[in-house]
Amino acid sequence: MSGVRVLVGTRKGAFVLTADGKRDRWNVSAPFFGGWELYHLKGSPADPNRIYASQSSGWFGQTIQRSNDGGKTWEPVGNKFVYDGVPGTHQWYDGTPHPWEFKRVWHLEPSLTDPDTVYAGVEDAALFRTTDGGQTWSEMPGLRGHGSGPHWAPGAGGLCLHTILLDPSNPQRMFIAISAAGAFRSDDSGTTWKPINRGLHSQYIPNPTAEVGHCVHRLAMHRSRPSTLFMQKHWDVMRTDDAGDQWKEVSGNLPTDFGFVIDVHAHEPETIYVVPIKSDSEHYPMDGALRVYRSRSGGNEWEPLTKGLPQQNCYVNVLRDAMSIDSLDKCGVYFGTTGGQVYASADGGDSWNAIVQNLPPVVSVEVQTLS
Amino acid sequence: MIRVVLPAHLRTLARVGNDEVHVELAGPPTLGAVLDAIESSYPVLRGTIRDYGTEKRRPFVRFFACEQDLSHEAPNTRLPDAVINGKEPFLVVGATAGG
Repeated sequence: MSGVRVLVGTRKGAFVLTADGKRDRWNVSAPFFGGWELYHLKGSPADPNRIYASQSSGWFGQTIQRSNDGGKTWEPVGNKFVYDGVPGTHQWYDGTPHPWEFKRVWHLEPSLTDPDTVYAGVEDAALFRTTDGGQTWSEMPGLRGHGSGPHWAPGAGGLCLHTILLDPSNPQRMFIAISAAGAFRSDDSGTTWKPINRGLHSQYIPNPTAEVGHCVHRLAMHRSRPSTLFMQKHWDVMRTDDAGDQWKEVSGNLPTDFGFVIDVHAHEPETIYVVPIKSDSEHYPMDGALRVYRSRSGGNEWEPLTKGLPQQNCYVNVLRDAMSIDSLDKCGVYFGTTGGQVYASADGGDSWNAIVQNLPPVVSVEVQTLS
Repeated sequence: MIRVVLPAHLRTLARVGNDEVHVELAGPPTLGAVLDAIESSYPVLRGTIRDYGTEKRRPFVRFFACEQDLSHEAPNTRLPDAVINGKEPFLVVGATAGG
């Protein structure tokens, strides 16, 4: 029988939520790695029982955990993330050069075909890869070595590489995004990179249409249309239909186009979801009402989804890696909040239910659809 | 044999329960040698006490022994005699900071 496994990373540990295909009764695990920050957990598409987790702490740094049994048991693997060569500098908040310093892993993206190969997006922004199941990690230096690297500057959350998308139709193509440098694409398996930010307009930077410097919060792709990407930028929801060569704004009738998450329906490539947040200085929903917005037209026309979500006195945030979908017949949509709730919809967003409440602040949500 | 008390999170990571751990030093009994020995005996702790590469102490980790703060001492600093002869433990402490 089909089922769903939801991997939840929080500020104080990881939780594994499981349900059968009906998705109406949920089992919530005890916390794993209690007291540590779990920025991200993700399972291998090639072996769903292989899961990787980024465990970090302001005290004790970075650890990577690996499970071979679907999250029941874990073992620490390699945690040595050392930049290739002389690290050099990026731009600091005040505009001065600042040495590249590894802080933590924000995002883990397992290969689509090999359970032992995983990409890691880190702060300060760089891309690492393991090909031995996490035992050793090597930087893919072509990204940070891109000529624009010395001009990258951190967003409020740090200079983080938070999004990694692998093209299922072209093993040599991948996309990443960095806050606040922008989006980049590689067409040679990560050896070389080009910025893909044409069409973005960020009025908070000196040159609003600069090649790099944009605070991209999240990218999303439907696997059937890998040249179409959707972006939640600091402000603005964007889309591209040519793999990032040109973006256009699709914020349309959203009440605010600030936000962090964006995702695509499993079976409808033009159905997308965002959670509008009031502003960059008030990281909570408008009017104290938590609303997911859905567009069935790939953007521009949006409808609020409120059934089952709190519509008053709600002042939580939904962070950039905290939305995911399942691929069951009626697509499930999931997101976690800084208030410790994980909401799920088993009907493509029409109605919602809190499948767990009162967790520590949720940082990431990933869903595995199990057969 | 050096007695070492690790903070709770590192005991969990190293899977040593609630007990102090014991390490043997390969060379002179210095601060650097005891840290080398901890990392050698428990490789999972590499990078959690000292940074990779620079081997600098992580900012929110402290080293105490015999009511002395050794956190800022050089790696070649000799450990107190009471630590060397096993009467007192070497303490790795997670600083009281954050929430």
